[in-house]
Amino acid sequence: MREFDLQDAEVRMLNQALHGSDSEGQAIAVVNPGGKHNVAAGAQFETQVDIHGHVGYYCAGMNQNARITVHGNAGPGLAENMMSGSVAVKGNASQYCGATAHGGLLVVEGDAAARCGISMKGVDIVVGGSIGHMSAFMAQSGRLVICGDAGESLGDSIYEARIYLRGEAASLGTDCIEKPMETEHIKELKELLNKAGIKHEPAEFKRYGSARKLYNFQVDNVGAY
Amino acid sequence: MCGIVGLYLKNPALERNLGKMLADMLVQMTDRGPDSAGVAIYHDPVDAKSVKITLQGPDDVDWVAIESKLLEGLGQHVSVTPLANHAVVIAGASDTAQSDDIAGWIESNLDQVKITSLGSAIEIFKEKGLPDQVIKKFKIGDMHGTHALGHTRMATESAVTTEHSHPFSTGLDLCLVHNGSLSNHNQWRDKLRSEGIRFQTDNDSEVAAGYLTWRLSQGATINQALESAIKDLDGFYTFAVGTRDGFAVLRDPIACKPAVLAETDDWVAMSSEYRAIAQLPNSESARIWEPDPARIYSWEKN
Repeated sequence: MREFDLQDAEVRMLNQALHGSDSEGQAIAVVNPGGKHNVAAGAQFETQVDIHGHVGYYCAGMNQNARITVHGNAGPGLAENMMSGSVAVKGNASQYCGATAHGGLLVVEGDAAARCGISMKGVDIVVGGSIGHMSAFMAQSGRLVICGDAGESLGDSIYEARIYLRGEAASLGTDCIEKPMETEHIKELKELLNKAGIKHEPAEFKRYGSARKLYNFQVDNVGAY
Repeated sequence: MCGIVGLYLKNPALERNLGKMLADMLVQMTDRGPDSAGVAIYHDPVDAKSVKITLQGPDDVDWVAIESKLLEGLGQHVSVTPLANHAVVIAGASDTAQSDDIAGWIESNLDQVKITSLGSAIEIFKEKGLPDQVIKKFKIGDMHGTHALGHTRMATESAVTTEHSHPFSTGLDLCLVHNGSLSNHNQWRDKLRSEGIRFQTDNDSEVAAGYLTWRLSQGATINQALESAIKDLDGFYTFAVGTRDGFAVLRDPIACKPAVLAETDDWVAMSSEYRAIAQLPNSESARIWEPDPARIYSWEKN
C-alpha cells in the first residue's frame, strides 16, 4: 500500500505514479484530497486507488484499467473520457460526470448533477440516486442506469445509448422515447446493477432510447438551417 | 471565469475569526480569478441615526482633505477611517432619504472617490490584483464580523479595473457577486437608468446588482427580487447576494456555473468549489450539497 497525502504532495506526483507501469497491481491510498483538481487523472494500469475525502474537477479523467474509488463527493467532470476500468463515488457527483467516456464502469452511489453521461460513447454509468437536467445528451452508446429520478430533457438527441430509469423523468428530450423492456434488457440491467453493487428489482425500471427520427435530414426542416 | 465565496456565521464565538476564515477561502479561488478581488464584510453596525459609507480613491488620495470637504459640504462632523485607498465614513442620517442625499452629494462633489458601499453594517473593499495581495492590502484577515462575501475575477465581459471588480453594492447593505455572464445587460441597464438606478460602469454584473436594487425599491423582498431575476436576466450566473442579516444564493436554470453549499452547526458557506470550503474548521463533518438550478437559498438571522 502506497499513500499520497495531498496536503503535502503535489497532485502531479500522484498522477505520474499512476502513469508508470510499476503502478500495475499496486494499491494506492490518497488522503486529504481537499477538493483538488485532476486527482488520479490519466491512470493507465490495473491499480486500486482509494481517495479518502472530496475531490474537485476532473477526478479520474481518461482512466484506463484502474479501479478508482472516491470515499466522498466529486466535483465537475468526474471520469471524463474514461476508456476502461472502473470509477466509484460513495457520495454525490457534480455536473457532466462520465462525459464522452468510451468504456469502463462509473458508479455514483448518491446523486449526479446536470449533464450526466453527456455524449457518452460506450461507458456504463449506474447512479444510485437521481440525476440532473440534460443527462445523456447526444449519448452515442453504452448504458445509463438511474435508480432515482431524472431532470428535464433526458436523452435529448440521443443516438444508440440505452437508458434505464427507475423513477420519473421531469421531461424527455427531443427524439428520446420510452421503449419496451424485453427479456434481454432485464438481463442486461440485472448484470449492471450487480456489477455496481446496487440492489433494485430490474422490473421496476423503464427503458428509454432513440426514436431515430433525427438521424436523417428531413426536407420539412430545411427552414431551420 | 470567476470565483465566489460566502460565509455566514451561526456561532457568534467565531465572529472574531470571520476575516481570516473568508481570506483562507478566497485565496483558494485565485486561479479562477487572478485579475482582481473584493470582499464585502458585515460588522459593527452603526446606530439608526447614522449611515456607514465605504469610499474608494486613488492610491495617493488625501483622506484628511476629503474629511474637511465632507465637513464643509454636509455641514456635520463625520468620522473617516482610512484603510489604504479605501475609507469607512460614518455620518449622521436619520432615514434612507438622508442617506441617499449624502451619497448623492459625494457623487456630485468628490470626483476623486467612488462609493463602494452604503448601509449600516456593510463595508466593501476591492482592487485589481491577486486575491492574496488584496487581502493583505486591506488586512481582511484581521477583520471580525457576522458574514461576508468575496469574489475573484477573471474578466470576460468588460475591462479589468477596480471599478469593474466585485462585489457590487446594490443599495443599502446589499451587495452581489457573480460568476458567469449576462447577455441582456445593455437592454436592462437602459431600462434601469430610466427608472433612476445609477451605474458606475458598463459591467454586466453591476446590472444584476442594479436590477435587485430596483426590485427592492418597489417593495419586493430579496427572495421575490431573485425570483423575478430568473425571468428577467438572461445569461449564465451563480449569484451570491449579501443582505444586512444574511445571504442568498441563486444559479441560473442551465446551471453550468458551479456552486457548492455547506452547513455545520457553526456556519453556512458557499463557494464556486469545495476546495475553498475545505479550509473551514470542521468542514469534513459539514453537510455538503450542490444548489439546484433556479432555486433560491437564503439564510438570515431571526
